This record gives sequence, structure tokens and C-alpha cells, in this order.
Amino acid sequence: MDNVYGLILKRIGLGILTLFAISIIFFMGVEALPGDLAEEILGQNALPETVAAFRKELKLDLPPHERYIAWLGDLMKGDMGKSLANGRPVADLVGWRFANTLFLAISAAVIAVPIAILLGIIAALYRNSLFDRIISMATLSTISFPEFFVAYILIALLSVQLIIFPSISNINAQMSFWEKIYAIVLPCLTLTLVVVAHMMRQTRAAIINILASPFIEMARLKGIQRTRVIVMHAFPNALSPVINVIALNLAYLVVGVVIVEVVFVYPGLGQLMVDSVSKRDIPVVQACGLIFASVYIGLNLTADVLSIISNPRLRNPR
Amino acid sequence: MSFFKLLRKSPAIARIGLAMILLNIAAAALAPVIAPYSETEQVGDVWMPMSSEHLLGTDHIGRDMFTRMLYGARNTILIAFVITMLSFAIGISCGFFAATLGGWVDLILSRLVDILMAIPVLIFALVVLAVVGNSIPKLIVVIALLDSTRVYRLSRAVAMDIEVMEYVEAARLRGEGIWWLMRHEILPNALPPLVAEFGLRFCFVFLFIAALSFLGLGIQPPTADWGGMVRENSGAITFGIFTPLWPAAAIAFLTVGVNFIVDWFLHVASGLKD
Repeated sequence: MDNVYGLILKRIGLGILTLFAISIIFFMGVEALPGDLAEEILGQNALPETVAAFRKELKLDLPPHERYIAWLGDLMKGDMGKSLANGRPVADLVGWRFANTLFLAISAAVIAVPIAILLGIIAALYRNSLFDRIISMATLSTISFPEFFVAYILIALLSVQLIIFPSISNINAQMSFWEKIYAIVLPCLTLTLVVVAHMMRQTRAAIINILASPFIEMARLKGIQRTRVIVMHAFPNALSPVINVIALNLAYLVVGVVIVEVVFVYPGLGQLMVDSVSKRDIPVVQACGLIFASVYIGLNLTADVLSIISNPRLRNPR
Repeated sequence: MSFFKLLRKSPAIARIGLAMILLNIAAAALAPVIAPYSETEQVGDVWMPMSSEHLLGTDHIGRDMFTRMLYGARNTILIAFVITMLSFAIGISCGFFAATLGGWVDLILSRLVDILMAIPVLIFALVVLAVVGNSIPKLIVVIALLDSTRVYRLSRAVAMDIEVMEYVEAARLRGEGIWWLMRHEILPNALPPLVAEFGLRFCFVFLFIAALSFLGLGIQPPTADWGGMVRENSGAITFGIFTPLWPAAAIAFLTVGVNFIVDWFLHVASGLKD
């Protein structure tokens, strides 16, 4: 078991180190500009005094490493700086939007994961059947569609032709849980469709990979019943790749959510980030980027730890 | 020659894919010839329905949608192609260098790529674009750099396998330089997996550009591009006008085509019979 703890600790350490490196890149990206950020944002015809004042406000007059350390220190205390666009603290802008984004992503995940895993396993067990072929075609097409295409098709069908669901998903704190669920049906459905397609294909591939391995053939040749082969021999070994597939796709959800939020004008973190990029509101963009990055790295980390734990070969070293 | 032989044995789905791609390339190449109007000319009312004059109706400020679609194909496909080429040039050269030189060059490049690949390209691209702004040349360089990390991984792995072959060892003992080794020994043998990857990367870059333009952060109007056209016309959908679905469907059409081909290519390359 020591071996396993060691591996897990190593993996967590690596995750934290990666996040740290990314925060440096995000922060130092500003340094790579010819001239500096103040000139870049204010434009070429800004007065020198305005540029100097703006530079002071951004603390660009300090050397980069001091600024980075001060920024990281503030971040640890929960202070993410102020928005350049309206001077409000970034933490206020980000907090409730992040909660909204999580609400949407988790709703989609709760529906998508069981469906995708089930379909993937069935397709793998009945490989090359009609069911498998139809579903392979359908998913290959769906993963080729941009998210906004799926979203607009759903809007055209369910919100314009049959007026069932709203095409704009505005939610606020006053709404009850079920009202919120009703409001996010379409964005949730869009994310579900896209994620199911990806996840199902990968599950199918992972299971087929396991079923093709020599120990399964051995079990079959010994004359063990088909269900017993699947439950006792294939399942424990398939667990780790399937966990990886789930985590990978939940992480994918983090990105898919950005585009879907923009389509449905949903008040989430992705929408805020996109708006801030076009306004070039750097502190807000850095904060959003860092949150997305932490969630993404966190999910991958969880997947790695879980697959270390669930891998029989790592648990019982020779 | 072997390409046609391969094509004759190909399943229907791969041929359909090829036809879909060729149709897009034809539309892109012949846009100025086929298009009935010019790219930015306002020729009618807002969101006019389909008619013989305007095959796909008009857009949100009365430009001919069919014309914009043709020019959109030209711009979007060309930019995605340039980015993929650049990304492969960077990725392959860095990957081969890392594999042949080894040592600290490999270590530094690989750790850097690990960090860049630890988070989604979209998030990284948004942060970078917020800082540098978004003109087309900047967009091309930023996306190519981010995308080249994936190419680097593959070309490094492939080159590592080839590096240990006897013929590379022989060339090395003959006193050939590192450039010669990379160009004459490693590249020709690494080509098949890289070609399949090119299709996949092109799809990814193409969808990525479309997504950025859709978010209003990619190719800027009035240049016609499919992602941006969906964004501009998105308001129409609530009136039951399907104008924004045309460019979105065109994006899907091309990526489905490329994916059909790549899927078949991977199938052939993997040597599976069923």
C-alpha cells in the first residue's frame, strides 16, 4: 500500500506545481508585450500622463517578480484585484457566476454520465451490430458539430417551432430550484448531447480494448459463462479507463460550458470571461482563467488518483 | 498511384467524406467566380427569405447569404489550413529536435508542453488574446503555438521509436549531421501517423477558429467567416428564421467529412480487419 500512497502524493504534488506554473504564465503573459499593457489598452494616442497613471493603477511600475508575489499573496487571501472596466472587486463578479456555471455543468453531468457509460458498454458488447453501427455514425457526426450548431438546432426545434422551453436561460437567486431547472433545460440538453457523444465513443473503445486482451480470451476458453467473464474479469480492469473517460469529459464540460453560456445568455463564468476578453479587462480574465484551470487540473488529478486506487495491479505490487 | 488503389478499396463512407471535402474546397477556391455579389455588398432587405435571386436569403444587414457563405469558406478554411501547417512546422521540428538531441533540450521542451497541455486550449487562448488583442496574424500565431503542443507530443514519440533503428545508427556513424538525420531518415518514416494527425488537427483548429469567431474574439467583421456569421445572425432564430443555421451547418458538414476520412485512415493504419 505504501507504494500507492507514494504515487498519489507524487501526483498531487505535480498537480499543484502545474497550477503554480500556469499562474506564472497567465500573470507573466503581460510582460511579453512590446511596450506595456497600459499603452496597449489605452491605444497609441493616449496622453503620457494618462498612461503613467494607468500604469500606476496596474502596479506596472513595480518589477515583475514583486508584482507576481503581491498578486499571489492577495489571491491566497481571496482578493483577486479590481476589474478595469467598472472598478468592482473581481471576487464579487466571479463568485455567484461560478456557482451558476457549476449548477449547469453538474446538471449536464448527472444526466450524461450514466447514459454514455451504458450506451458505450452495450455498443462494445454487441460490436458491429446494427445498434453499434447506428450509434457510431450518430456520435461521430455529433462530435463533428460545433456546440453552437447543436444549440441553435435545439432552439429552433424546441423553443421556436414548439414553444416549450425558453431560448434565453436567465436565472437568479429568487427563483426556486425547479424554476431554475426549467430555465436551463436547453443549455443542459446541448451539453449533454455533445458530452454523451464523446464519452460514449471513448467508453466503447476502452471496453473493446479490455475485451481483446489475452486474459479475457483465456477466461472464455476455460468455458466461464459470458456474464461472469464480464462482471468478474472485465469489469475490475475496465474501471480505471472508464473513470479516466468520465473525468476527461467532465473536464471537457468545463470548456463546452463557455460557448453554451454565450448562446443562451446564461449568467455564468464563461460568459463573463468572454465579455472581459473583448473589453480586455485583464484582471477578470486572469481570475476566470485561473478558476477554469484549477477545476480542470483538479478533475484530472481526481481521475488519476481514482485510477491508481482502482487498478488491481498497482494495489497489489509483486 | 497507391492513393488511387487505396481509394478503390475504400468503404462508401470514406468516399462520401472525400466528396464533402472536395465540395468545400471547390466552393472556397471558386468563390469569386460563382458568387453572384461581392463579399460586403448590401443587396437587399434584412433577413430576406430564400429566392432565386438570393439562394439562401440575406443576412442581418441585407448582404447576400450565399455569397457570404462562399467567401466564408474561403476565409475560414484558408486560415485554419495556415494555422495547421504552422502548428505542424513548429511541432514537428521541436519534437524531432527533442528526440534526436535528448538531454536538457528534451527535458525543457517536454515539461513546457506538459504545462501548456494541462489546461484546455480555449482557456489559454482567451487569456492570451485578452493580453495581445486579436488581429488575424496574432490569432494565427497564438493558435498555432498552442496547437503545436499536441503535434510535438506525437512527433517526439514517433521519432523516439525511429531514433533507435539500425539505419539511423548507421547514418550517424557515417557522420551525417542532425539536419540530414531528421530530413532523410526520421521524417519519411514518421510520415503516416503524422498525416492522420494532420486531418484531426485541422478539424480541431477549424472548429476552434469557428468557436472563437462565434464568441466575437476571432476573425472580425466585415470579413466573412462561418463562426462570425452565426453570431451576427443569431438574433434571427427567435423569429423562426433559420439564416444562422446555414453557416453552422457548413462548419458541421466539413468537419463530418474530414472525420469520416480520418476514421477510415486510422482504421486502415491500425490494420484491423473487422
